[in-house]
Amino acid sequence: MKLTVNGTEHTLDVEPEMPLLWVLRDELKITGPKYGCGIAQCGACTVHVDGSAVRSCSITVGDVDGDVTTIEGLGTPDSLHAVQAAWVAHQVAQCGYCQSGQIMQAASFLDLNSEPTDEDIDNAMSANLCRCGTYPRIREAVKTAAKTLNEA
Amino acid sequence: MGKLRTIGRRAFLIGSAAVVGGVAFGVYAARTPHDNPLIADLGAGEAAFNPWVKIDAETVTLIVPHADIGQGVAHMQAILIAEELDIEPGQYATDFGKPDAAYYNTAFAEEGAPFMSRDESGTAETMRTIVGYATKLLGMQGTGGSTSVADSFTKLRTAGAVARETLKLAASMESGVPVDQLKTANGAVELPDGTQMAYTQLAAKAATIDPVTDVVLRQASEWRLIGKDMLRQDIVDKSTGLQNYGIDLEMDGMVHASVRSNPRQGGAINGYDATAAKAMRGVKAVLSVTNGFAVVADNTWRAFQAVNAIEADWGKAPYPAEQAEHWKVLSESFTDELLDDEWRHDGDVPAGLEGGEVVSAEYRAPYVAHAPLEPLNAIVVVTNTQADIWTGHQMPRFVEDYIAKMTGLDVANVHLHNQYSGGSFGHRLEFEQIRYATEIAMQMKDTPVKLTFTREEDFAHDFPRQIAMGRGAAVISGDTIETLDLSICSASPLASQGPRAGLPVPPGPDMQIVSGAWNMPYKIDNLRVRGFRAPELAPVSSWRSVGASHAGFFGESFVDEAILAAGLDPMEARIAMCDYDVARKCLEAVAEMSNWGSPLGENRGRGVAFVSSFGTPVAEVVEVTMTEDGIKIDKVFVAADVGQVVDPINFDNHVKGGVIWGLGHAMNSEITYADGMAEQSNYHDAEGMRLYQTPEITVMGLENQTKIRGIGEPPVPPAAPALANAIFAATGQRLREMPFNKFIDFV
Repeated sequence: MKLTVNGTEHTLDVEPEMPLLWVLRDELKITGPKYGCGIAQCGACTVHVDGSAVRSCSITVGDVDGDVTTIEGLGTPDSLHAVQAAWVAHQVAQCGYCQSGQIMQAASFLDLNSEPTDEDIDNAMSANLCRCGTYPRIREAVKTAAKTLNEA
Repeated sequence: MGKLRTIGRRAFLIGSAAVVGGVAFGVYAARTPHDNPLIADLGAGEAAFNPWVKIDAETVTLIVPHADIGQGVAHMQAILIAEELDIEPGQYATDFGKPDAAYYNTAFAEEGAPFMSRDESGTAETMRTIVGYATKLLGMQGTGGSTSVADSFTKLRTAGAVARETLKLAASMESGVPVDQLKTANGAVELPDGTQMAYTQLAAKAATIDPVTDVVLRQASEWRLIGKDMLRQDIVDKSTGLQNYGIDLEMDGMVHASVRSNPRQGGAINGYDATAAKAMRGVKAVLSVTNGFAVVADNTWRAFQAVNAIEADWGKAPYPAEQAEHWKVLSESFTDELLDDEWRHDGDVPAGLEGGEVVSAEYRAPYVAHAPLEPLNAIVVVTNTQADIWTGHQMPRFVEDYIAKMTGLDVANVHLHNQYSGGSFGHRLEFEQIRYATEIAMQMKDTPVKLTFTREEDFAHDFPRQIAMGRGAAVISGDTIETLDLSICSASPLASQGPRAGLPVPPGPDMQIVSGAWNMPYKIDNLRVRGFRAPELAPVSSWRSVGASHAGFFGESFVDEAILAAGLDPMEARIAMCDYDVARKCLEAVAEMSNWGSPLGENRGRGVAFVSSFGTPVAEVVEVTMTEDGIKIDKVFVAADVGQVVDPINFDNHVKGGVIWGLGHAMNSEITYADGMAEQSNYHDAEGMRLYQTPEITVMGLENQTKIRGIGEPPVPPAAPALANAIFAATGQRLREMPFNKFIDFV
């Protein structure tokens, strides 16, 4: 089985029913996507498949029909994606465990909706759980990122 | 209040642990500093001036022994050292260090002695000093009770100053320039001619001299970091997926394990059939562990799958099987025999209750899971001579002791490598992941075993927040609350938790049963707060803000009811009754921030609550609207006084998070038992707050109190009563039991 992650093609010998999350984490050692709930309730595992946000804990690797991007492929400290830069500027993270998923969700959402209203942001981001309660800063960071992306 | 008499018959949690533990308790021992744990590992040319600062030719390393469970204390500790050391963020590395007695928590004493935090009398301070000796003798390194800043504030600035002065002395010896002509900045000593001698350059020299310990700390006006906006050191890594947590670590030859133990916590396993599991792909072994079984595989998901494929015959729960029985036990525990302590009795409450019509109410707070987003996990390697563990934990030395006991190894050969945690909220004070990972590793010697709990296992074995019940009775005379009597009953979280941590059940009363209520800052002629200790039910544990999470709700809900019965305004009456300046200023601040008293319009309401926990007074105002879809929480205003805000941005983030934690769980979260098992298995059953429900939160940090306090927990307790009080104001419906969504819808 072949899988392209962050631009690199990997050959895998795994069961097609293994969730993408565990292929990434345990087989490919890409640990940015996190295990939180395993049933698409928390969003910590969010990655992009062909640019769209998916819960990698709840899609089997066999069902992945596009290129996968994880938080590691979105941007790096030296070259932050606009969403990551906004997350840094607003110092969103507390424990940070959910933030890879939050950022991937926000990046995909802003790709589809470049001028979101407050309600749009609430709707798009509410399936991502943050137990530390960083939601006020997530809202602000999404707005900042939207602005940056529009100016680019 | 007869305080001295009361103290006489009290034993103290930590003090009693010291005595039971057989620790010699003498002034000499208490005053002697612990050895510096960094010395033993120093290489040639490396200097360690104290347990917190280590310098070699390449790196300045600041040891930050408080566990970072998301609250940002790795950064905070480093900043306190850096303030005096004259080094900038980015110029040093941080390390959690090896667990050691030298890192005992000086601030545990503040909550370990049974006094109101505002009580700075000689008696209270003396008892805190004694408890402080005990924490030191026991080497109680730990993170909890919102103590990290309080513990670190003077200690770590002093550590930085000692290192700075020692480096200056080294520079003086190297350059021949007198110390008083040397300056320090940016991790270097500067000579009068402008020559820079980097600290790393001076390490070898500094290693040969005794640290200069006669130092004077800088005045607040001279601070360049403390109290200023700054970037938390972990923010970039946590925004790019680079932050490693325990669950992300990988070792050569590592195997992946998962465990299932009796979902009736503490119940036995009578048998299990692993035939199918053993045949599954990647499964290396199925092992028996205490009250359950573990699967060892080559991949976490395969271990999860195999665990789910095993049928087991589980024994009975060692506590009542049905939730209703738990409540029944509580409701029958308000008896003279189970009176844990009369924590406060001003005036004469029995006489006051005789004197008029009594307003009464009963409140309930449920079991609630901690459920931090990173599930419990640990990597353990056990060999014949040593054990190593990689996990995030709040009590590092207890982890090492725990594994030493399990393995029979000398504790000196057990090493915890503490990790950043994906949240805790008290969950990482417990030892389930330590126990099971070690049990598996003991059966697979020399192999690194990575244990990951499924979310479902984490929920099933989350020792939740204690359930509690409160009963209030008040007598109003005209527009005055003349008598207020509050009785609070819960199982003791500390009694449940202590033995699991290897501590004896602490004798004496448990202040957590009444924490946040007995210390209400109100002058009422007859005021009594009593704690009743229910027999142990389901095992419970410290949950962010511990006792104040229930007692604060009971106290501030009932005070609100009494105020309204007296026909008074909830804010004005609280301010008028308040006999503690620091608290009153918090109330006045939120009154002003929320424009209290201004009209809100139809179906809207405001509620206020004030709770002081862990020494930090916090006032909150919540504004709600009753919409067609249910209650919408619009705004929250918070004022909290910690004496000194160290990191203002993180402070703001933390207060908001605490409010959201308090509101979210009050809205919709509980653990209930049926057939001995928790009925909630994942976040769909207990989700807390979601982003769309999050109100606009405005935070003010006040700095009026004399001591330095923490902010991790104190914003939590006022949130639930402020919400209940606001809902009453908006709807006329009084909510006396959490979670509120059992009685009212939320948007």
